[in-house]
Amino acid sequence: MKTLRRNALSGYSWLMLVFLYLPILILVLYSFNDSRINATWTGFTWKWYVSLFENRQVMQALMNSLTIGVISSVIATVLGTAAALAVKHYSLRWSNIFNGLMYLPIVIPEIMMGLAMLVLFSQVQMELGKVTLILAHVTFSMPYVMVIISGRLADMGKELEEASQDLGATPWETLRYVTLPLIMPGIIAGFLMAFTLSLDDFIISFFVAGPNSTTLPLYIYGLVKRGVSPEVNALSTLLIVSTVLLVVVAEVFRRKDSKNNQSIF
Amino acid sequence: MGALFVLPMLMIAILSFLKRGTYGQVVYEFTLNNYIRIFDPLYGQIFGDTLVVAVLTTVFSILCGYPLAYYISRLEKSTQQIWLLLVMIPFWINFLVRSYAWVIILRSQGVINTFLQSLGIISEPLPLLYNSGSVLLGMVYTLMPFMVLPIYVSLEQMDRRKLEAAYDLGATPWKAFWHVTLPMTKTGVVTGSILVFVSSIGMFVVPDVMGGAKSALIGNVIQNQFLSARDWPFGSALSIVLMLLSMLLILLYFRATKASETKEGSA
Repeated sequence: MKTLRRNALSGYSWLMLVFLYLPILILVLYSFNDSRINATWTGFTWKWYVSLFENRQVMQALMNSLTIGVISSVIATVLGTAAALAVKHYSLRWSNIFNGLMYLPIVIPEIMMGLAMLVLFSQVQMELGKVTLILAHVTFSMPYVMVIISGRLADMGKELEEASQDLGATPWETLRYVTLPLIMPGIIAGFLMAFTLSLDDFIISFFVAGPNSTTLPLYIYGLVKRGVSPEVNALSTLLIVSTVLLVVVAEVFRRKDSKNNQSIF
Repeated sequence: MGALFVLPMLMIAILSFLKRGTYGQVVYEFTLNNYIRIFDPLYGQIFGDTLVVAVLTTVFSILCGYPLAYYISRLEKSTQQIWLLLVMIPFWINFLVRSYAWVIILRSQGVINTFLQSLGIISEPLPLLYNSGSVLLGMVYTLMPFMVLPIYVSLEQMDRRKLEAAYDLGATPWKAFWHVTLPMTKTGVVTGSILVFVSSIGMFVVPDVMGGAKSALIGNVIQNQFLSARDWPFGSALSIVLMLLSMLLILLYFRATKASETKEGSA
């Protein structure tokens, strides 16, 4: 009876995994399908990938995505690290208020954040484009960086910093030679996370992108709205593969000699 | 950085009391018209649909997610990590891409219809896509990971000794689950429900890609007001109502769970 129940539960859970992954796998599979319109499998082909790389708009969108991703995640990582360090040293009450504000963008519906950004940029009369995209991406990815690094800082404890100060290091030296090296895996994980979020974001970018700053997800949206084409499958597959790789690498860095292996997901 | 977000929210609140000019610009003149317009039956209907979809998405996510979280929490520690990563990876993949994957499967020339037709089971393609069913499927599919994780966390933190005590006192596994495990993991269910509910009432990608014209939800209307109709004041009023609504529900939810928790504590 007990094993029967256990088997049923295990079977169900595997079924759920199939439910989660099957659509994604089918999408990937069909990006190699020779047929243009039908779901019938007519043979393996690379041609949709080839036509992607020959498509100037796609390459432009890719460049935009990468530029915005790198710049925004560098800024988000620097600010997020600073914020995590600051919160650790502030009094408990201020830290709580600050933390609450930081988590707000994670909890609030993304559409609201996109709208809020759009309204803000239009009120200060900023032209929509790469700069507004970068600012928006920094805003939504910074909290995630902060959460990762705060976790890392909490693991670390105070002993090593105190020891370094007892040995006569200035606060700056302690930060440079003790704290930062210790939280480095967290910083790298935070950077990768911010980069993934930026590369992948659609909803917020949708509101704050200008006509010349189309990113990959925005380009995919355009294709999807125009109807199903195998190029979308190919482009989506590339986005899926890079997202999964980045998330896994980030997770590896985050877990690196970290005491508690609790996932931040 | 938090301020960078609070400030524009205030701007939206102000905007919702202003007028729209003839060319889609904002006229700085106070009016309540945007809010009055929301009571138009058309928008009432859309708000209603949105709430129904959000509630159903939450319920299905609990039903699908709880057993999965339960299973993961009973595995070996190292296997648990792998399962959690597997559950969360799809969550990192773009919403848009994941909804689109379902289009390939469900559309009339999609995987399911082609398969059934080649077997001769159906002669005409089934209308699987562009209805409220497909929207619900897409919502549960994209938001379920939000439910699994908090439930898993509360199952992990649960005091297993109470479960053993229940067994010692002769409880059947179902009874033990119903009277011990479930009440003790309520926090996880509530947290997950809030995450799923709030995400689904603001969602416009899934209905946009999988819903077709008839299944527009409030997120789609807001998106439309801002980007196509260029009626920012009305769009702002809609989003303020949406936000107040979600905050109110969250508040009620928290209050309800808190009340029952204190009751349990005193018992």
